[in-house]
Amino acid sequence: MSLKYALYTGCTARESTPELLKSTLAVAKKLDIELVLLDEASCCGASHLQDFDDFLSLVLNARNICYAEMLELPMITICNTCQLNTALTKKRLDENPELKERVNEKLGEVGLEYKGSVSVRHFLYALIEDYGLDNLRKKVVKPLSQFNIAPFYGCHNIRPSELHHFTNSTKESAYNPTSLDELIEALEGNSVDYEHKNKCCGFHVDLQAPKTANRLSGNALVDAIDNDADMMVTPCPLCHLNLDVKQHAASREVGRDINLPVLHLPQLIGLALGCTPEEVGIQHNVTEVNIV
Amino acid sequence: MEKQKVTINVFRFNAETDYLPHYDKFEIEVSKEEVVLDVLNRIKWEYDGSFTYRRSCRHGICGSCAIKVNGRSTLACKERMIDMIELFGTELTFDPVSKNRAVKDMVVDKSDFWKKHDSIIPYLVADIDEHPESENIVPPNEAEQIDEADYCIQCGCCYYACPVVNEANEDYLGPAALVKAYRFNADVRDGAKKERLKIVDKLGKGVWDCVKCYECTEACPKELDPMSKITKLHNQLFQEEVVQKNVASRHAVGFKKSIEKHGILDEGMLVAYSEGCAVFKHIPEALAMWKKGKIVMPWEMPKSKKLDEIKKLIKISSTAKF
Ligand code: SF4
Ligand code: SF4
Ligand code: SF4
Ligand code: FES
Repeated sequence: MSLKYALYTGCTARESTPELLKSTLAVAKKLDIELVLLDEASCCGASHLQDFDDFLSLVLNARNICYAEMLELPMITICNTCQLNTALTKKRLDENPELKERVNEKLGEVGLEYKGSVSVRHFLYALIEDYGLDNLRKKVVKPLSQFNIAPFYGCHNIRPSELHHFTNSTKESAYNPTSLDELIEALEGNSVDYEHKNKCCGFHVDLQAPKTANRLSGNALVDAIDNDADMMVTPCPLCHLNLDVKQHAASREVGRDINLPVLHLPQLIGLALGCTPEEVGIQHNVTEVNIV
Repeated sequence: MEKQKVTINVFRFNAETDYLPHYDKFEIEVSKEEVVLDVLNRIKWEYDGSFTYRRSCRHGICGSCAIKVNGRSTLACKERMIDMIELFGTELTFDPVSKNRAVKDMVVDKSDFWKKHDSIIPYLVADIDEHPESENIVPPNEAEQIDEADYCIQCGCCYYACPVVNEANEDYLGPAALVKAYRFNADVRDGAKKERLKIVDKLGKGVWDCVKCYECTEACPKELDPMSKITKLHNQLFQEEVVQKNVASRHAVGFKKSIEKHGILDEGMLVAYSEGCAVFKHIPEALAMWKKGKIVMPWEMPKSKKLDEIKKLIKISSTAKF
């Protein structure tokens, strides 16, 4: 099996979560997946640019997809919010020829054209749908069997479900998601069932309403701990910033001592596949990962 | 499936007499035609006449029958039992849309919901000619701008699914009131657009407090996508030049500035630009990040390839001003 993708890294993986890019590349190497980095891509606007200028946000996201189209490779993302913005752009353009034409008029001025010819999926779903969890299970050299791992799905990979069902062949339920749980089980870890696994971390109001953000992150962390989690895993670097980097603030807001290691999805996979902690960038995690 | 046996745990509480709620368990055989409301009716008619819930139209119009099934906001008269069984299995839990607001069983006190609804000028403000000579016609393309927001039945499914309202900030207006604000703001006959925008622009209660979780979009039984209406309100704030210059609006605009400069986002610059002088409060956090190699120094800031192309696209595609 040879899999090849165009990787849209998003900005976070190149700045505040370098461990995400590092571990993604490490996992791809272990699984013989070829990744071509889309260095021409711009920021997706993180669901904020659209509040200011929706059309500009569409044009920029369409441009990013163009570069995957030129490589004729399926595009993958490693950030839930990148996934949301990119896939939402694709859906809106694919379903609305008039809008697509307006966007292409602008792209044409720099010699580009959005066609709608490639898929856009989060790495999590590409792994499940293309590589397969059974094949992944066979590659596990360090089973995670002694750990209770709390999956934190992050909003933008599961809601709105209509969008994600358009994008993924996995028909994840927004109310009862299972993909991350299944992935944890494939790595032989024990997935923790807790109410907040499909809830919001509050990242998008970090600046203007930090109390809200800290409260939501804190509630999720506490819920995981109360259900015996040894660690948490998330497919989204923005969730990771709130749950890991800002764990102290969340802890203060909810008035509970919280000390829960939070791993990026590819960090967890990488460790199970036999990467060293350093190879998956554990040294960059703020809340100490004392279990590896 | 013709018939299916289900176990339903039903929240029971009477604010007048009970200190704490409890759950009653019912084993019920449901058929494939039945909706959740049919089961509520059967519990009342066949098992316990004191069981209390709201319903009226049975046609998804009155908006009174919302409850939560296994934590999911559900319009009882619209949702089929077999779909709930497919989603959650044969052990189901019926709760009121908000346990904190429970009055009796499924009935909740919706006063905060209505208070917020009332606060956004939820009616058309227009000078009406009392003796018109012809009908006041709104052409289809103008009516379409309302984007079905006028289909909202005020059921509250979105409101009670919103984590900001329910877990973090009870002052937040929430999705239903914002959908209503959009409904009148998008109405070409209305004259109170700016006034409404000033209300939804307020930090602590308006659009900037939405965490963009899409719970409302997922929950709305009329498929109105409340979250997209909130985005449109944001857009109107800039278009109508009502938006206050503050950390939230600068944050949205900051993305454009950063993309213009680097293609990708300059995280540090975004925080500094959004916060202004208040950026200093982020120093302890920034220090912790720096120690872990999570801060890129300005002189090391990566740039997208073909930055000129991005700059040109921004120049020719921008539609908003700040
Ligand atoms: S989510 Fe944030 S960081 Fe990731 S690409 Fe989008 S904007 Fe940039
Ligand atoms: S998207 Fe905004 S309004 Fe909708 S549920 Fe989430 S926070 Fe509430
Ligand atoms: S927006 Fe949808 S969910 Fe919210 S009150 Fe209106 S109809 Fe109900
Ligand atoms: S009974 Fe009227 S909406 Fe359900």
